[in-house]
Amino acid sequence: MTSHQSLKKVQTFIDFITFKDPNVIYVVIGMVCITASSALIGTFAYLRKRALIGDAIAHSLLPGICLGFIAAGEKNMFYLFFGAFLTGWFSTFLVDFIVNKSKVKQDAAIGIVLSTFFAFGIVLLTYIQNGNYSDQGGLNQFLFGQAAAINRDELILFEVILAIIAFSIFIFYRAFILVSFNADYAKSIGLPVKFIEFLITSLTVLSVAAGIQALGVVLMSALIVTPAAAARFWSHNLPRILLIAVAISVFSGLVGAYVSYVNVATPTGPWVVLVLSFITLISFLGSAQNGILASYLKSRANKRKILHENILKTIYHYHENQQHIDQLDLTVTASQLLEIRLVDTDQLQKGLERLIQMDLLTPLNSGYQLTTKGRVESRRIVRLHRLWEQYLLKRTSIDALHVHSGAEAIEHILSPELEQELERELGIKGIPKEDF
Amino acid sequence: MNEFWIIFTASIVAINAALLGAFLLLRKMAMVGDAISHAVLPGIVVAYYLSGDKTSVLLLLGATLTGVIAAIIIDFLSRKVRIHGDASIGITYTLLFALGMIMISTWMKGNVDIDMECVLYGDIALINLDKIMVDETLYLGPRAFYVEIVAFFIIGSSLFFGYKGFKILAFNEDYAKSLGINTTYWHYALMTLVSLTTVVAFEVVGAVLVVGFLIIPPATAQLITLKLKRMLFWSAAFGVLAVIIGYYVAIWLNVSITGAMVSVSGCLFFIILLVQRLIKKLTILPSPKL
Repeated sequence: MTSHQSLKKVQTFIDFITFKDPNVIYVVIGMVCITASSALIGTFAYLRKRALIGDAIAHSLLPGICLGFIAAGEKNMFYLFFGAFLTGWFSTFLVDFIVNKSKVKQDAAIGIVLSTFFAFGIVLLTYIQNGNYSDQGGLNQFLFGQAAAINRDELILFEVILAIIAFSIFIFYRAFILVSFNADYAKSIGLPVKFIEFLITSLTVLSVAAGIQALGVVLMSALIVTPAAAARFWSHNLPRILLIAVAISVFSGLVGAYVSYVNVATPTGPWVVLVLSFITLISFLGSAQNGILASYLKSRANKRKILHENILKTIYHYHENQQHIDQLDLTVTASQLLEIRLVDTDQLQKGLERLIQMDLLTPLNSGYQLTTKGRVESRRIVRLHRLWEQYLLKRTSIDALHVHSGAEAIEHILSPELEQELERELGIKGIPKEDF
Repeated sequence: MNEFWIIFTASIVAINAALLGAFLLLRKMAMVGDAISHAVLPGIVVAYYLSGDKTSVLLLLGATLTGVIAAIIIDFLSRKVRIHGDASIGITYTLLFALGMIMISTWMKGNVDIDMECVLYGDIALINLDKIMVDETLYLGPRAFYVEIVAFFIIGSSLFFGYKGFKILAFNEDYAKSLGINTTYWHYALMTLVSLTTVVAFEVVGAVLVVGFLIIPPATAQLITLKLKRMLFWSAAFGVLAVIIGYYVAIWLNVSITGAMVSVSGCLFFIILLVQRLIKKLTILPSPKL
């Protein structure tokens, strides 16, 4: 790339963020409204596990747009939007109708409705293209989305839709939550569940219909599902989930709009979806609470802890065999440990090295000796194990043969409070003997 | 003659899709089929970009692999990442489809073979441009027809020889597992076949409408029969019927052929559903008066 070209790119970027081109203001505000509305209402669709209904609605808008166009005879925004809203809403009605009145399952019903409506939309689109309509060039934009085409009138419409959705969520917040998480319970406390569901569906149709011009028919459903799915990884608190979903969605929308603004020929929808999916990927990999990486690290740390505690316990056993438990200062080799407890040799070696790093063991003439800290830790774990065994023996009717395996698992997670509780319950001081 | 080849080729697309769709439907995985059909797009574009040929066998297989990868991602998301089934389908297919669209809009500028319209509803009216000729005189039909025939034999023989496996997987996966059957193997065998179907159908009916061929005819068949073999037969029959009626409707109204075929298919479904409801009402209503 020459410096001239890169300079031009910087210039375009500055033009974009400073709204030099007045159309950019429309596009930016429009995208913010569209992405925020769909993320807000989409979160409830996601929580209701009805994520794909957005897909059915989005595909079903196409025939509505075409019918609106035919009725108006031109690209009149209000006709198009009204037509889209009608067919979009009708599609959700048909999905419910099929599920209730036949043995066809919901996902198949969604598939049937979306492909039939979309095919019908394609038929109408080709009908319009072959007919004598002068102003039909822009209809293709509804298929893949062109944010640059947002104009002033539409902007007002998008703002109104965002206001309606935000206001409805604000007013019916409790009801929306109850219906989303537990519709049966909501019904039992006398909420008008049918009405609330109708409201959520209608708001979803509104937000999808608003987004169709910027995102396109095929990809619009991503704006309903993906922000909520990504936000779920960052919080368990619904208001926060809503905020995060909106933030993710708005950011992706603006980046997508910018990229398609720079490359005029490319549609907006795919870029928005790409950014959105990338953020989702980061979310489920990197989220501190629920992410894959976090849960992998957690499980690795846990496995290591268990291994370390088992090694320390085995060293104690070795001393017990040598009748040397008062001092715990014998030197033990890896093979001696393996004789008492069979573990994977590689694992054992790595575990021993980490214990040395943690200052619980010291290497001594090709063997290992417990440090002062190590002796405390080793006694603690054996004590927990045996306390639990005694508890199972004395307080439950579990056979002596089986108490060991129970203690083997619980010893790693017994808290100091529980340890005290056990001590009080059993009246045992020090480390009990395995004398059963 | 052109007319004959279009109907014939589309009929085989419909039969291929309907046979597999029946198993998808019984496994309650109709939307996975939808997702795969969208997700093969980037595979097809990359294949086409590398070879410049829509029918190179090796690259058809490559594109098929993309569909299988989509199935694996969906499986992974819903099992390991705790995103529930519906949402993992939505996330996966929109991402892969978006990738495909971006590839088309940046690499394929001005290309007539793969463009946005082709993705939506295929080039069925143009399949005769790519003919198979012997000695430049003997005309054997469009290339797409032969691709479909090969796919039909692959799908047909897989279903024939694996009938028991697919059947048990479709009706009771847990039972299949308890018999020691490797259900993962059969699941991905089905996904591979679905992916193959959508890849070879791409040229004829596009990536978006193929789901209409996959789901609607089997769902219609499910309305009228409970037996698997009959369901397979009727799925294929409804598929072909929709193709034939759809073609003539499209010619009559001068509209998209594929769009008309799927619309007709959907109409058949709703007509049969409504007629059934009507019959039920007529037969049940008089009885309380007795």
